[in-house]
Amino acid sequence: MKARIHSLALAGVVTLAAAMLAGCGERPQVGKLEQGKYAGKADTRPWEGGTFKGDKGAWEQAERNRVRAQNEYKRVE
Amino acid sequence: MARMKFLCDAERCIECNSCVTACKNEHEVPWGVNRRRVVTINDGVPGERSMSVACMHCSDAPCIAVCPTNVIYQTEEGVVLHDKDGCIGCGYCFYACPFGAPQFPNGPAAFGARGKMDKCTFCAGGPEENGSQAELEKYGRNRLAEGKLPLCAEMCSTKALLGGDATEISDIFRDRVLRRGKGVEAWGWMTAYGKDKEEAK
Repeated sequence: MKARIHSLALAGVVTLAAAMLAGCGERPQVGKLEQGKYAGKADTRPWEGGTFKGDKGAWEQAERNRVRAQNEYKRVE
Repeated sequence: MARMKFLCDAERCIECNSCVTACKNEHEVPWGVNRRRVVTINDGVPGERSMSVACMHCSDAPCIAVCPTNVIYQTEEGVVLHDKDGCIGCGYCFYACPFGAPQFPNGPAAFGARGKMDKCTFCAGGPEENGSQAELEKYGRNRLAEGKLPLCAEMCSTKALLGGDATEISDIFRDRVLRRGKGVEAWGWMTAYGKDKEEAK
């Protein structure tokens, strides 16, 4: 019984020491930092996904139509 | 696809601030952050000029060069975006930007804490899944992925603010300048909208 209590106390001490030591560690906050290279998450391009389903041409055409609609001379004449 | 740019026609901007309002509403931008603002020179004096200013999505953006965590990037379309998860709120991008575009939600608070940088995204969201809730919460709406243009430009009542492919908006502006001619009026309707087609003949 005494030996059992002793081993339990020893396990507790070891766990506590390990937990306290873990606080001393420093983990890198940024994945890979290479000078001059983007280190953030990868982005999806506007034509990928939802509306255009990867059709770059359709996206470009939609954008071109919108841009040209900004010319009010073309709309009123 | 060439580069996405903004172009503000100072002859037409009437300082209505609808671009500012549209931006704040569309992206649910918090208090204290203005991704876009209208600057007026010689306010109240005849000949005053106003200009809508936001991130200019520079071709060689100084904010990208100075970011210590390298989380600012440029997309294929030339839009300058950033990953908020890696931003440490150091404010270097704000010091580097000649237009004061990077904004910080907490301002310089205790111990210099500013919060994560926020800026105009050209309505292109950020590095999250297109149209996702995470993208909306962090960066605002992704109108570009919907085949639309930035709302500030599309909302502009006088079409002073143009947004989109640089060559296309340059063509629109060039057309405008040709219609205006030169020396008609220093300031006013004719300068902003040009002569009537019949009158110009």
